[in-house]
Amino acid sequence: MSQSTTDAAPLSFEAALETYEPVMGFEIHVELNTATKMFSSAPNAFGDDPNTNVNEVDLGMPGALPVLNGAAVESAIKLGLALNCQIASFCRFARKQYFYPDTPKNWQTSQYDEPIAFDGHLDVELDDGEVFRIEIERAHMEEDAGKLTHAGGTGRIQGSEYSLVDYNRAGVPLIEIVTKPITGAGARAPELARAYATAVRDIVKGLNISEARMERGNVRCDANVSLMPKGSATFGTRSETKNVNSLRAVEHAVHYEIRRHAGVLSAGGSVVQETRHWKEDSRTTSSGRPKSDADDYRYFPEPDLVPISVTADWVEQLRAQLPEPPAERRRRLREAWGFSEAEFRDVVAAGLIDQIEETVAHGAAPAAARKWWMGEISRLAKTRDADPAALDVQPATVVELNQLVEQGRINDKIARQVLEHHLAGEGAPSHIVTVRGLEVVSDDGALTAAVEKAMAENPDVVEKVQGGKLKAIGALIGPVMKETQGQADAAKVKEIVLEKLGMTP
Amino acid sequence: MSDLITLTAAQMAAKLAAGEISSVELTQAHLDRIAAVDGEINAFLHVNADEALETAAEVDRLRAAGGAQADALHPLAGVPVAVKDLIVTRGQPTTSGSKMLEGWMSPYDATVVTKIRQAKLPILGKTNLDEFAMGSSTEHSAYGPTRNPWDTSRIPGGSGGGSAAAVAAFEAPLALGTDTGGSIRQPAAVTGTVGTKPTYGSVSRYGAIAMASSLDQIGPAARTVEDAALLHELIAGHDPKDSTSLPEPVPGFGTAAGNHEVAGMRIGVIKQLQGTGYQDAVLARFQESLELLRSAGAQIVEVDCPSFEYALGAYYLIMSSEASSNMARFDGVRYGQRVLPDQPPVTIERVMGATRAAGFGEEVKRRIILGTYALSAGYYDAYYGSAQKIRTLIQRDFEAAFASADVLISPTSPTVAFPLGEKLQDPMAMYLNDIATIPANLAGIPAISVPGGLAEGLPVGVQFLAPARGDAEVYHAGRALEKLLNDDAGTPVWAQVPDMEVAK
Repeated sequence: MSQSTTDAAPLSFEAALETYEPVMGFEIHVELNTATKMFSSAPNAFGDDPNTNVNEVDLGMPGALPVLNGAAVESAIKLGLALNCQIASFCRFARKQYFYPDTPKNWQTSQYDEPIAFDGHLDVELDDGEVFRIEIERAHMEEDAGKLTHAGGTGRIQGSEYSLVDYNRAGVPLIEIVTKPITGAGARAPELARAYATAVRDIVKGLNISEARMERGNVRCDANVSLMPKGSATFGTRSETKNVNSLRAVEHAVHYEIRRHAGVLSAGGSVVQETRHWKEDSRTTSSGRPKSDADDYRYFPEPDLVPISVTADWVEQLRAQLPEPPAERRRRLREAWGFSEAEFRDVVAAGLIDQIEETVAHGAAPAAARKWWMGEISRLAKTRDADPAALDVQPATVVELNQLVEQGRINDKIARQVLEHHLAGEGAPSHIVTVRGLEVVSDDGALTAAVEKAMAENPDVVEKVQGGKLKAIGALIGPVMKETQGQADAAKVKEIVLEKLGMTP
Repeated sequence: MSDLITLTAAQMAAKLAAGEISSVELTQAHLDRIAAVDGEINAFLHVNADEALETAAEVDRLRAAGGAQADALHPLAGVPVAVKDLIVTRGQPTTSGSKMLEGWMSPYDATVVTKIRQAKLPILGKTNLDEFAMGSSTEHSAYGPTRNPWDTSRIPGGSGGGSAAAVAAFEAPLALGTDTGGSIRQPAAVTGTVGTKPTYGSVSRYGAIAMASSLDQIGPAARTVEDAALLHELIAGHDPKDSTSLPEPVPGFGTAAGNHEVAGMRIGVIKQLQGTGYQDAVLARFQESLELLRSAGAQIVEVDCPSFEYALGAYYLIMSSEASSNMARFDGVRYGQRVLPDQPPVTIERVMGATRAAGFGEEVKRRIILGTYALSAGYYDAYYGSAQKIRTLIQRDFEAAFASADVLISPTSPTVAFPLGEKLQDPMAMYLNDIATIPANLAGIPAISVPGGLAEGLPVGVQFLAPARGDAEVYHAGRALEKLLNDDAGTPVWAQVPDMEVAK
C-alpha cells in the first residue's frame, strides 16, 4: 500500500546510500547575452524598470510575428560543440502550448523533437581528480518567460491578492541543456551534481555566450533525482527540483532529495512525481506541482518561423572560434603556474583565472600575481561588496605595483594605499607614488631622527633591546612609522636602532 | 451619387496626377457615399474621416507645390483605400470583428499599412469581416453582417465581405483583404469584383491578426484587374519583420494587367473543381468564359488533381490547429476584453476562461475546439500529420498540372451569394463555399477571382491560379477574361450593380 509520502522523515545520507542507488538528470537553462531577444528587436537587458524592454512581439500583440536572432543560433551551435554534440543540419521551432500569464502568447516557442544540438557528452572532474562522463541528450533553443510577482500572502500564487507581471525577460534567448540519466555516482552524486553545474557554467562563460551569473538566473539548474534499490536497473519515480540558483545549492538539493526519497521509500511509501522548490534557509525542498509525463503541450512546428539550416561550413567556422575547453585550460595553467591544488581551487572559486593569466602575461611571476589578486585586491573588493574580477584594476597595474615593491621603492603597506588611490581614479601606481610622495624613506637623516625620537620616548623598550630582547625593536617600529607617515622601511629601522646601541645587526 | 466614385482607381490616379480632381474631393465623395449607404451595407466597422481627409489634403498640397516632392508621389497617392479590420492600424480601432478586441487600439501599424501611409493613400476606415476571419459570409462578425450590394438580403461572402461590399458599392475604389481559404476571392466572386490571393510570402503578414499562419496572406480587392494589380504592387515586397516573407523584389503587376493577349496561353481546367455541388448557372457562366478564352486563341486543356478530394478536410485540420494556437493569446491579461467570472474565486485561470467564453463567438470556439483536439497527444499524427501529407500531395498535383498549363482555371465559388442566415446553422454547408479556393492556400500559390458574368442578376466568379511567384500571370489571364467579358456584354459586371442609394 502506498501511503502519504510527505510525513516520512528523511533518512541519513549514509543510510540512504546503503540501500539505494541515486539516478540524476539535469536540465540547465542558460540565458544568452545577445544584444536583443530571441525573436524580437527589444533589448535583452537585466534590471531595468518593468515592461520597458518590450515591444509588440514580446507582449504577444495581435498580428506581431517572430524573427529569429542569428547571434543566438551561433551561441547555440558553439555551446553544442563545446558539449561535444552533433549539430543538426536542419531543425525547427515548435509551439509548446499552455496558458500562463507570464507567457504572452500562451505558448513558448521552443524546440521539441528537432533540437539544434544532440548526443553529446561532458567529462566532469571532481575535486579529487576523479572524472565522470555526463551524457548530453540535447541542447535546444527556446525563449524565456516573463516574471510574476505575487503580492500579498507568502509570495506564492496561492493566497496572494494579485499578481504583477514584468515581460522584460519574456523572449530572452535560452538554451536548455538536458542530460541523459546519470547513474553510478553513488555517494558522490551530490558532488557530481555541483561539478557538472560548475562545468557548464564555466563553459558558457568561456564561450562568452552568457553572463553566467547564477544569482541573477543566467544559469538555472533543474535537478531530477530518483532512487532505485541497489542492484536494480529500473529507475524509480523522480522529483524535479526547479531553479536551484547556486552551485552549492545544486549539491545540497541533490543531497536532500536522496535523503527524502530514501525516507519515503523505506517507510513503504511511494515518491510523488512532482516539481520541488528549493529552500535555501533550511536546505530542504517543498512540494511544487504534480508533473505528469502525459502533460499535453500540443506541440506543433511554429509556422511563423522558417526552418534553420546549418551548413557544415558554418559549423566548422564556429568550431574554429571555440576557446580551449575550461577543464583543459585549468589543467594547463595549474601546471604552468606550479600552484598547489588547494591554491588553484581557491583561484578558480574566486573567478580570477583570467586576471592572473593576464598578469603573468604582463611579466609578473605566477606566485606574485596570485598574491596580489587573492590578497589585497580581493580584500578591497570585499570592502566594496564587489567581485575582485569586477574591480577596475588592470593586470598591467598589478605588474607595475608589484615592481615598485620588488624594487623597494614602496613597502607592502604603502602598496595597499597606492591601490586604494588607484581605485579612486588617481592614475598609475608610479604616478601616485610620485605625486603623493609615498616613496620609502631611505634618507638616513630623516629616518635616524625619527628613530632617535622613538628611542628617547620609549626608554623601557631600549632597555629590553639592550638586554638582548631583539624582538622588542618591533615596539619602536610603530612610532617610527607614525613619524614618517608609514614610509619607513622596517628593516632599515631595525638596523639603525642596533647601530645606535652599538649592537651588531 | 458622385460620378467620381464610379471611376476605376487607375482613372482616379490619372485624374489626380493631371490635376483634374483633388484628393480631398475624391476622398470626401467616398465618405459621403459611406454616409449614404453604409447604414444598409455595414461594410465599415470604423470610418476614419478626419485622418483620410488630412492625408488627402497633404497629397493635394504636395501636388500643387509641384517639383521633386510632387514627382516623387506614388501613382496611387490620394486614391482612397479601405482596410480589413483584421489588419492593425495605429489611431483607429482594430476589432477583428470580435467582442474580444472591442475598443482595442494597436500600438503599431501592419507593414502593409505602413506602405499605404508612405504612398499617401487616404485610409477610409476598417471593414467588416467574420470574427477573426473565420467564416464565408461575414455573418460571424460580432458587429452584425455586411449585406451584398447586389441584393441586401444576401451575404457578401466572407470573411472579407466588408472589403468586397465596400468596393462593389463604390464606398471605396480599393480595399485590403486577407485570404486564408478564400476570404478575398469568394467575396469578390459574389460581389462582382476582383480579389487576389498573392503567392504565400510575397506580401508581409506583419500586423495581420493571424488565423492560420501557414495559409494567411494579405491581398487586394478592387473593381478591376488593373486596380487590384496596382494595389498588390504597392503592398508586396520583402519584409524583415516577417520570417516567411520572400526575398525577391516585386515584379510590376500593373504591366501584366495591361496585357490581354491570350493567344497560345495554355489554360488548364481543373477536373475536380466542377460538377457536383456547383450551381448550374455558375457552371454555365464558367463554360461561357472558357469559350470566350478559346475563341481568343487560348488553348484550353483539362488537368487532373486527384488529391483535391481531400483538400477541404486537410484545410480544416491545418487551419483549425493553427487557429486554436493563434487564438490563445486572447486571454484578457494584456489587452482587449477582460471578463471576471460570475462566482468567486477570481483566479487567473477563471478570468481567462470567462474572458474567452464571453469574448469569442461560436464559430471561433468551434475552430478552437477542433484544432485543440487535432493537436492533442495521440491524435496529432492522425490529424495534423496526415493533413500535412495531403498538403504535399496537393502541391504535387499543382506541379503536375502546371507542367501542361500556364495557368489553371475554375469557378471561384460553387454558388452565387446565398440569403443571409441560410447556412448559419450548418457549418459544413458553409465550409463547402471554399472548396475551390482552398487548394491555392494549401499550396501557397497565387490566385485571382474575376467576374464571370451574372446568373439571375447575381455575380459569378472565375478563378485563375498560377505557380508560386507567378502572380503576374494571374493578372494577365484575369485581365484577358475581364476584357473579353466586358466587350461581350458591352459593360463591366461591376457597373451593373443596382443603384442602392438609400439616403441623400
